[in-house]
Amino acid sequence: MKIYRLVSLLTLLMFLFLSACGSPTSAKLTSKELNLYAWSDYIPQQLLDDFTAKYGIKVNYDTYSSNEEMLAKLQAGASGYDVTIPSDYTVDIMIKQGMLQPLDMSQIPNFANVDKRFINQYYDPGNKYTVPYQWGTTALVYDKTKVPFEPKSWSDLWDPRFKGRLVVLDDEREVTGMALQTLGFDKNSTDPQQLDQAKQKLVALKPNILLFNSDDPETSLITGEAWAGLVYNGNASLAYQQDPNIVYICPTEGCGLWFDNLAIPKGAPHPDAAMAFLNFVLDAKESVLITKEFPYSNPNAAALDYLKTSDPTTYDAYMAFAGTNPSADFLAHAVGVKDVGDATKLYDQLWTDFKGQ
Amino acid sequence: MTTAQATEKSVKKFSLLKVFRESRVAQGLLLISPANIYLFLFMILPLILVTVLSFLSRGTYGDVVFQFNITNYTRLFDPLYGKIFIYSLEVGLATTVLSILIGYPLAYYIARAPARQRSLLLFLILVPFWTNFIIRIYAWIMILRAGGLLDAFLEWAHITQHSLNLLYSPTAVLIGMVYEFLPFMVLPLYTSLEKIENSILEAAADLGAPPWRVFLRVTLPLSVPGMIAGTILVFIPAMGMFVIPDLMGGAKTILIGNVIRNQFLTARDWPFGAASSMILMLLTMVFTLYYTRKAGFGEELLV
Repeated sequence: MKIYRLVSLLTLLMFLFLSACGSPTSAKLTSKELNLYAWSDYIPQQLLDDFTAKYGIKVNYDTYSSNEEMLAKLQAGASGYDVTIPSDYTVDIMIKQGMLQPLDMSQIPNFANVDKRFINQYYDPGNKYTVPYQWGTTALVYDKTKVPFEPKSWSDLWDPRFKGRLVVLDDEREVTGMALQTLGFDKNSTDPQQLDQAKQKLVALKPNILLFNSDDPETSLITGEAWAGLVYNGNASLAYQQDPNIVYICPTEGCGLWFDNLAIPKGAPHPDAAMAFLNFVLDAKESVLITKEFPYSNPNAAALDYLKTSDPTTYDAYMAFAGTNPSADFLAHAVGVKDVGDATKLYDQLWTDFKGQ
Repeated sequence: MTTAQATEKSVKKFSLLKVFRESRVAQGLLLISPANIYLFLFMILPLILVTVLSFLSRGTYGDVVFQFNITNYTRLFDPLYGKIFIYSLEVGLATTVLSILIGYPLAYYIARAPARQRSLLLFLILVPFWTNFIIRIYAWIMILRAGGLLDAFLEWAHITQHSLNLLYSPTAVLIGMVYEFLPFMVLPLYTSLEKIENSILEAAADLGAPPWRVFLRVTLPLSVPGMIAGTILVFIPAMGMFVIPDLMGGAKTILIGNVIRNQFLTARDWPFGAASSMILMLLTMVFTLYYTRKAGFGEELLV
């Protein structure tokens, strides 16, 4: 009998020990892993570590550097990803293609933190599939100490004084869109004649272009090799942090606008972990980590409130710079890239032709 | 089971072993099967997939539609792609020629060095491969950029007054390409140069040939196989390279490698990308075969 009691005691102890080892919070998550497929340099490691500490879920972070790359991989049948970050027009494609899993908003209470301006967008009415991650613009950046005049419009980039001094995103849609806007056309035009004119316009810009770069265009601005260009707001903000002479404007012809969103691909192996992650990212404190490391614009109103009280200096810098906090005037002329379907081929040919000149 | 059947079975079993024991062909097949299975799974099969893909069509949303289509190939006859191909060819050739010009003296020096130093020198050639390729390219960016290490050094030495503005120029692309592919030229060249017996060179000298003639008539012809192997190892990857032109050339030009990559990553036109890589493969093959035939060498060049 003694043995029997000893065994049962040990079993009980072991049971207690094991349950204590389980998830520290009451969250009933069975998954032990989360496979994240997101833009490179876009999610702070601290945030991922915090998530692991809270839920005991290991995060595997795979990266891509364009929406198209992510789409291509998922369309080719890559499975096993739980969370991805498509931009607006890509969300549109993914929903049409049935590639996303509907969200259960009851599991994402932090969705209430999101500024109402950024929910219910055209690409996902009613936010059935996505929650906002970051947003921003693509616009004109310049270093006011280097440029001999004050650029106001895109057409100023064609000024011969900019010879070999421009840094431009290596992005066929944004750059072609800029040329279309300069000519007074729609940024998402599919008219072959307008696109041809845009190509001629871009060819004329080529002598002024020092480099195309989508990964770290801020570097050439900081080193002074480039004086101006077309970049994402985050690049402009990073350059501005190093050099307060950096100016970021939406030119008179208009500029670009984008929204990145967290979404769960259909067939995600750990949907419970994915929902928990979406909710976690929208937490005010965690969201602040994103803004501090990757200064794009943050759609999370609660996070900005938290930043205001916890770190007023960063908050003031965030509010003062057009890259992070564009004015209503700035946004009035901002236009997003839309999926153009079969006309993608025209854009690609234009780009190849332009670069091959 | 009758005894007759049982015997027949054991005979069959026995004969299979016997085949392997006695037939050289069967032994050979067994020995090469791991390599063959590997090649089939990772080369032949993907190649078949690419071939099939190149005849399909792009759907409106960038998906692949199972609809037979040869416009992927006809599109490539657009002069636009011809121009890009010729430009890629030029870059590939320039890289190869510069690698030979720089690599030959180096390989010659190593091959003629005392035996003990040779392995150390070869080892030094291979050391850069320990570091990731992208990191080495970024190191070059730091060296060449305006106000970078090279500019700073030249200004310090009072050789130049202003920045050379080398980065983001075709020169920078060539520097990066030659840097990356040089070892692939040096190693095969070294192998053929090292095989040349000293006695042959001495014999030539004894017969009255001055050193330059010994080099032109003996050393150079004997090193041609190495040069051909090196050319193939440098030229083919240089044709498809897109990372160096993007990072060091500021992505201002477009090579055939960029065209293919863009089809997969930006235009999402996989069938056209597949067709472009098929054509690149065919043209490179034709070019290489022509080159090796012309140089008068068959299989031995790959040794």
